[in-house]
Amino acid sequence: MSEPGANGDYILEARGLRKSFGDLEVLKGVDFRVRSGELVFVIGPSGSGKSTLLRCFNRLEEPSAGSVVVHGVDLMARSTDINAMRRRIGMVFQSFNLYPHLRVRSNVTLALRRVLRKPRVEADRIAEAALARVGLADKADAYPSELSGGQQQRVAIARALALEPQLVLFDEPTSALDPELVGSVLTVMRDLRAAGMTMVVVSHEMRFAREAADRVVFMDDGCIVEEGSPEEIFERPRSPRLREFVAEVTR
Amino acid sequence: MATPELSAWQRFVETFFRPDLLAEYSDDIALGMVVTCEVAVLVLVCGTALGLLLAYLRALRFRALNFLIVVFVDVMRALPPLVLILLFYFGLPSVGISLSSFVVLWLVLTLVLAAFAEEIFWAGMLSVRDGQWQAARSTGLGFNQTLVWVILPQAVRMTVPPLTNRAIAITKNTALGTVIGVGEILNQATTAQSFTGSATPLMMGAIAYVVLFVPVVMLGRWVETRFAWKRA
Ligand SMILES: Nc1ncnc2c1ncn2[C@@H]1O[C@H](COP(=O)(O)OP(=O)(O)OP(=O)(O)O)[C@@H](O)[C@H]1O
Ligand SMILES: [Mg+2]
Repeated sequence: MSEPGANGDYILEARGLRKSFGDLEVLKGVDFRVRSGELVFVIGPSGSGKSTLLRCFNRLEEPSAGSVVVHGVDLMARSTDINAMRRRIGMVFQSFNLYPHLRVRSNVTLALRRVLRKPRVEADRIAEAALARVGLADKADAYPSELSGGQQQRVAIARALALEPQLVLFDEPTSALDPELVGSVLTVMRDLRAAGMTMVVVSHEMRFAREAADRVVFMDDGCIVEEGSPEEIFERPRSPRLREFVAEVTR
Repeated sequence: MATPELSAWQRFVETFFRPDLLAEYSDDIALGMVVTCEVAVLVLVCGTALGLLLAYLRALRFRALNFLIVVFVDVMRALPPLVLILLFYFGLPSVGISLSSFVVLWLVLTLVLAAFAEEIFWAGMLSVRDGQWQAARSTGLGFNQTLVWVILPQAVRMTVPPLTNRAIAITKNTALGTVIGVGEILNQATTAQSFTGSATPLMMGAIAYVVLFVPVVMLGRWVETRFAWKRA
């Protein structure tokens, strides 16, 4: 079922994205499309512009040129309510970015209450459901500093899910975690995928990419160099740069 | 033989604690305490609020506005408050603005506190990591909502100890009002001293300051240790 105004079956459609910081051009004309229900993996060496690209998708970073259309709405248009659109685009960060002064429950309800103006009881109910979904129903009263990294990241995912986003962006969600905590976060992401959530994931978890990604996009130096199915990218890389990168990360 | 210690003690009491003067001027000193409290409370409320407002405006990052704020802050922090008080009180009337001595004292101390408070709030806001802004904005919170619900509550922890120190310092500066005749503690004391030629009213003034400020300083110490502990 496609909503009125939706642009074909693409939930996210970015064209010709460019971004410069002063003289440094970080994105050099990137086209990027995501279909409803797809899980797209973005890989690439450090500094290739993956985080910047992701942040352009909800305009946390202002693109220097190009267009971003989410669910048929042009994010760059003046008339677009950017805060309303961001609510529909969840974002999960490498460093969790939970609010340290608020309990887990309030971390999840803040936007529900202040943006959506939901009454406390309803917001709490939604938060508890979201926390249950990431396996942390019993941690609602804890402060973030009392949780492990893996638990904190799952709270961050619950915070995004509580707003019922149509798309969730993950920026290296497991990179800051101890190896033994990575699994719990990947499990949550697998569940999300099974539930049909559309996801864009920047990550170095190649095993997860092989098993869960519909498509893998390889970025280098501000450009998309190659994209394809996980098999194509990992087993039959065409460009030398991708071959080099795959050899390095799978070593 | 009269003990020299006793006569020295008597001289001391006679100088600083003459009973008749203690009785005669206690009302004036009490009045001074009221005025000092009034100025202090008005300055603390207005100065802190104005400082927060300036830090907020600075966070909007309009270049021209930021420049003006920084100039204001640096000038106010550089000038001795006494210079500003004299300038406002004796200078402004010649350009057609005459303010009462109470208003001048309040205005100058408010502006000075606002300048220091702005810097303190600004530093506190900068100390909150960028990821907090990104997380909040990504959930659809606007700039003001992010500031109010996410950034400021965290910044305040950094802000309270230096702000407490600054508040104590600025409140003591109410004594500067005496040079333009604001009837605060020091003014009452020096007036009585010049009438009587005795140091007793000055001692009464000192005691009044101690009575007013020791609790404030103790409160400041408590606040400081409490917040320092929380941060650790
Ligand atoms: N706010 C900024 N100001 C200036 N330069 C920036 C800024 N943000 C990113 N850059 C630069 O842009 C380039 C791309 O950064 P980005 O964070 O998008 O890379 P990345 O692919 O996510 O790398 P990593 O794998 O290390 O996270 C880097 O050279 C970085 O230094
Ligand atoms: Mg990155």
